[in-house]
Amino acid sequence: MPELTYLQAISDGLRGEMRRDKRVFVIGEDVGVYGGAFKVTLGFQEEFGPWRVLDAPLAETAIVGGCTGAAIMGLRPVAEMQFADFISCGWDHLVTVAAKQFYRAGTPVPIVVRLPSGGGFSGGPFHSQNPESSFAHIAGLKIVCPATPEDAKGLLISAIEDPNPVLYFEHKHLYRRIKSEVPEERYTTPFGKARVHREGEDITVVTWGAMVYTADEAAQQLEQDDVSVEILDLRTIIPWDRQAVLESAKKTSKVMVLHEDTRTGGFGAEIAATISEEAFEHLDAPIKRIAAPDTPVPFSPPLEKAFIPQVEDVAAGLRELAEY
Amino acid sequence: MATPTAVDVVMPQMGVSVSEGTITKWLKQEGEEIQADEPLLEISTDKVDTEVPSPGSGVVQQILAQEGETVPVGQRIAVIGAAGAEVAEETPPAPATQDAAAEANAAASAETQIPTDQGVEEPVPAAVEPQRAEEQPAPPPAPAQEPVDDGATNGKSFVSPVVARIASEHGVDVSQVPGTGRGGRVTKKDILGFVESGGQAAPAPAQPEAQPQAAAPAAPPEAPATPQQPAAPTPPPSQPAPAAQAPQPAAEAQPGESEEPMTAMRKGIAEHMRRSLDTSAHVTSAIEIDMSRVVAIREKLKPEYQKGYGVNPTYLIFVARAVVETLRDYPWINGEIRGDKIVTRNYANLGFAVELADGKGLIVPVVKHAEGLNLLGMAQAVTDIAERARNKQLTPDEVQGGTFTITNPGGYGTFHGTPVISQPQAAILGTYAVVKRPWVIQDELGKDVIAIRPIMNLTLTYDHRLVDGALAGRFLQSLQQKLETWGESDY
Repeated sequence: MPELTYLQAISDGLRGEMRRDKRVFVIGEDVGVYGGAFKVTLGFQEEFGPWRVLDAPLAETAIVGGCTGAAIMGLRPVAEMQFADFISCGWDHLVTVAAKQFYRAGTPVPIVVRLPSGGGFSGGPFHSQNPESSFAHIAGLKIVCPATPEDAKGLLISAIEDPNPVLYFEHKHLYRRIKSEVPEERYTTPFGKARVHREGEDITVVTWGAMVYTADEAAQQLEQDDVSVEILDLRTIIPWDRQAVLESAKKTSKVMVLHEDTRTGGFGAEIAATISEEAFEHLDAPIKRIAAPDTPVPFSPPLEKAFIPQVEDVAAGLRELAEY
Repeated sequence: MATPTAVDVVMPQMGVSVSEGTITKWLKQEGEEIQADEPLLEISTDKVDTEVPSPGSGVVQQILAQEGETVPVGQRIAVIGAAGAEVAEETPPAPATQDAAAEANAAASAETQIPTDQGVEEPVPAAVEPQRAEEQPAPPPAPAQEPVDDGATNGKSFVSPVVARIASEHGVDVSQVPGTGRGGRVTKKDILGFVESGGQAAPAPAQPEAQPQAAAPAAPPEAPATPQQPAAPTPPPSQPAPAAQAPQPAAEAQPGESEEPMTAMRKGIAEHMRRSLDTSAHVTSAIEIDMSRVVAIREKLKPEYQKGYGVNPTYLIFVARAVVETLRDYPWINGEIRGDKIVTRNYANLGFAVELADGKGLIVPVVKHAEGLNLLGMAQAVTDIAERARNKQLTPDEVQGGTFTITNPGGYGTFHGTPVISQPQAAILGTYAVVKRPWVIQDELGKDVIAIRPIMNLTLTYDHRLVDGALAGRFLQSLQQKLETWGESDY
């Protein structure tokens, strides 16, 4: 198996689907001639031509709206937002039309919107957000947040196959930092199936995206104190693997929910609420949430570090749970 | 894919009743590379002898238990490290992360940071390193301490939901349990430890559930056996004070007698059989079945099954199919007493007692979800597990989770028996030899005549705590009806 970066794995999955299925096309700002702001679609226009790799104007409304129409007419569009933050311009088309079209009229809208998300590089408030929770609240959308190159490819293929609108959050911090073996052949990674990133007995951490690695480093620290931490990587937020989370919560009886998005109304709240509803009698400590504070993402590097949950924050939270 | 961090290999759970396993052979040595799922070692437990696959890819960093050693289920027996990490880290992940910890505690000097960078480099985005260095001056533990004090005020009295549940299930008074949590709070671990140790402080009348545990001391019979194994370097696992058993081991082999060590499997069988008789109220009912129709259909199917699928439609298979159909109407016979609850299910996992070569042991592999199998499927499933049981190729999963068991001692012509229930099931069915017997039937005029009929006896041994005699009788009658009226197209 070749070793691919997280970014290469996304390209690889996308290229494979475009070769395999002529209905798949790509549209976004600078995705064609320039190869995309992060070069995910580098070389795509040469291979597939300008009609399947479309450079769009700076108008997310037009991109998502165009995709919705194309999908209704039978195509399989994959839109790229240059940064996940800009999806708010496409909200109306996505939320009012794409998410409800099948319910309302019975016509599926199989679109994928790729959303480079996450901070850690001083991108400031417009280029660093993780807005997955806003969309998790919208019935009719599916939400995917891969953490590993293997999942990045498999989940992208599943997203393209899926008959529903899928928001595919790809974490910019992982693009070139995470590298691992990815099967060359085509495969799909199922939605709604969590991955056990690390097995443990004493505390469960439920997380996704780049926070999987933060949690893992913290877990290594805790191992020194003989505390064994289980890390569940949800992989998809909608649908999410309630069963795996509840089983792990019942096993360890102590749970931390960790995400990079802001705290209030973050998806961690949904997870915590579900655990207390369905596994209350298995809990040995209050469920702990670690998330970003309720502010825009700061630009200044020290402030950004204070904003995004760091290894030390997670380790401190885990110790608190261990000692409870 | 390479395992990004060290992975622990633990002694696997090989069956519900199994609590420990013996390492018979390491197939990889320290420093050798291994792929995920590649066999790492062989173990022997009282239920299964099997290979244990590696849980991850990388290098065998450490072997923590030697061949011949017996270790409890769940204990770490080896560590598989990242492929790149190899021998330098053979005194394994500890140094790297210890450095990191030491560094964090002791507001590190510049030199200590260098090893840290190397140690942590693998899975971590490099950018994270400098952050940690910056954060050290302001140690984050501070906020964590405040709540600790808060907790202390209500610590002893606060009972968490899980502790409350365990306490009520086991009838434990939480105030009797020593707490190690914040402010002396009783944690889940505390109460589980308390219950497992037999709840020393609870001399109160033992709950029914306590019995299986009380049976654990019955294990001491193992103690006598172990010392006689000359080469066994294993100290008998924590046997507190089996004083009562002490006299027995003294007996040594007399002239004319010879001794052999008890295998792990034999010890397991011994313990389980005794415990089952101590747990369930065994009662046996028997019924005679006219197998004429089954015999006829079997003759027809035999060539087809053998030629097409390489399996034999044995009488056992017909009985098993009929049992699955019948169990659907008798959920308690497919059920279990769990605590003070009765558990029933919408599926049937059928255990089949399989004898190993030379009477050296018995194993009960389980056909899961037998309700989904037709006659051919059942034949294939039973042939497969029986064969793999004899070749010691069963996986731990395949010997647990049974909900009902069939044992077939009829192969040697026996016509009756009273088998022992496999705990925690509610019943076990015995099948016996099919014998031609003079049988009173009615001819077409309704007159009694004597005919020669192939008759098979079936016994149902059931736990009278859950299953009443009348229910067992109806179950057997219903089973009889299915077998005696088996149609050409029934499968």
